[in-house]
Amino acid sequence: MGMTITEKILARGCGAKEVHAGQIVNAKIDLAMTQDASGPIAFNEFRELGIPVWDKKKIFVCIDHFAPPTTLAQADTLKINADFARDYEIEHFFNIRGISHQLICEGGHIRPGMVAVGADSHTTTYGALGAFSTGIGSTEMCSVFATGELWFRVPEAIKVVVSGKLPEHVYSKDIILKLLSMIQANGATYKTLEFCGDTIADLSVEARLTLCNMSVEGGAKNAIIAPDEKTITYLEARGIKRGDMDLFQSDSDAKYIQEIRIDASELVPYVAKPHSPANGVPVGEVEGVPLQQVIIGSCTNGRTEDFKIAAGILRGHTVPRDLKCLITPASNQVIAELSQKGYLQVFADAGCIICNAGCNGCGIHALVNDGENCLSTNNRNYLGRMGSAKGSVYLSSPATAAASAISGKITDPRSR
Amino acid sequence: METLKGKALTKFGSHINTDDINPPQYHISSRPEDLAKGCLKNIDPDFAEKISAGGFVIAAKNFGCGSSRETAPIAIKAAGAKAVIAEEFARIFYRNAINIGLPCIECPDIAAKTDVGDELEVDLEYGVIYNLTKDTAHQGIPIPLYLIDQLEAGGLLPLLKLRFRQK
Ligand code: SF4
Repeated sequence: MGMTITEKILARGCGAKEVHAGQIVNAKIDLAMTQDASGPIAFNEFRELGIPVWDKKKIFVCIDHFAPPTTLAQADTLKINADFARDYEIEHFFNIRGISHQLICEGGHIRPGMVAVGADSHTTTYGALGAFSTGIGSTEMCSVFATGELWFRVPEAIKVVVSGKLPEHVYSKDIILKLLSMIQANGATYKTLEFCGDTIADLSVEARLTLCNMSVEGGAKNAIIAPDEKTITYLEARGIKRGDMDLFQSDSDAKYIQEIRIDASELVPYVAKPHSPANGVPVGEVEGVPLQQVIIGSCTNGRTEDFKIAAGILRGHTVPRDLKCLITPASNQVIAELSQKGYLQVFADAGCIICNAGCNGCGIHALVNDGENCLSTNNRNYLGRMGSAKGSVYLSSPATAAASAISGKITDPRSR
Repeated sequence: METLKGKALTKFGSHINTDDINPPQYHISSRPEDLAKGCLKNIDPDFAEKISAGGFVIAAKNFGCGSSRETAPIAIKAAGAKAVIAEEFARIFYRNAINIGLPCIECPDIAAKTDVGDELEVDLEYGVIYNLTKDTAHQGIPIPLYLIDQLEAGGLLPLLKLRFRQK
């Protein structure tokens, strides 16, 4: 019987010729990531074992959440991270250089065919580069540090075929918001979302990362996009040799439990209403909702391509004085590119708040108050995640967010 | 493993996420007792008080969706819950809960068929939930055997300690 990409990666990971959905396998881990909020539980537990880590080259300790810290408790938490990285000689310690997921992808640390785990649910992001990657908890991470392996139930796969040309002002964020509105917040629970079709082939690697990042909002264990020439070019530019990539493709007779088709040419800009990423509606249904805050960035949409789109819309405009518009780039490298390309100038001139690279926009540094509305390019709009439980957060693409920042209310980017 | 006995102390709908379980506004520290105090406060203000009696949390679908934070099951356990019985769990929450020693049983229709206050008996090994008040039995999905061993050991960390600490 044929295998999906995910099955092939897990088969390689556990040293079997063939594995299939439903089987429990013990796979070797190629990359294990922690972030500052989830790491300390794992670190403290691991110290109790009194053993060295299984492989200090494969562990990535990232500080991106409390970045920089604003309370003494947060400063303490960061110290626990830094101490662990030092004491266990962790090779990759990213101390407020950007968001973990972005650093791992743009740094060429993740490669097609790898098995990666992260103590963060958005670890699904790396599937855009043809890797199996999923989120785990802190105690499991402690176990990975000790053993270098973890059990997985091989997931059933849902094939998402996206075809047709995306209309102007419609982006990969709109595809994923539309998909989540179709399958709901548990439509892919325990499963793999495999994206394919000519629209996906046309997307840049940056835009693909957005799709896989948000797949966990549908409950997916992992998301995957078959590696192609774009993937290879992206990684070669980061010093990875083609020969070091396992370019698995799904077999034509691989088994899918469901197939979902989306016609990209008919898509419109989507906005997820409060308080679920699965509450997506066409932007027209929420146009005019007054905004006190707009956030452009995060691990979902904080890459250069996203800011290019936003800067193109914001250029020559200023945001209303009653609105805070935050720019939260995903990494220092992104900031450097924005500076080179002149986008930082555009944002500064528009009156935006330009933040350091990190998770600031996810309810860490920019809280909404009672009765306030925020439109953000983040991945979650749960009740209370961004401050007051009486505030409301909407999610959209950078284009919709930028257009809305100019008018101070939710705005269709096609109308500008 | 012994059966768990107690009352259904509270009941939730679908898609309870980890920001509901650990509301950032009430996050004073990551100590279990502090996590318990803020647990589910935005959507069930008296949760900690209700659950301190030691009983079951009932929920519909996709319980625990959202982030990978292990503080979510830690908070529920520290608040006093003996187990969570839901129609469906989000996967990271399920793994985390079992790893820290909070049993989770998946059981179709459980939210519809259970009322707060019902007296329940839960057989973890067979995944059967007996409702003593209504005199009914519900077949849930049993926790895999090797994970029951882990639960009996008190979670994944005690098991790891057995395996590695001596060396
Ligand atoms: S930007 Fe937000 S969603 Fe992404 S890793 Fe940071 S906190 Fe998580």
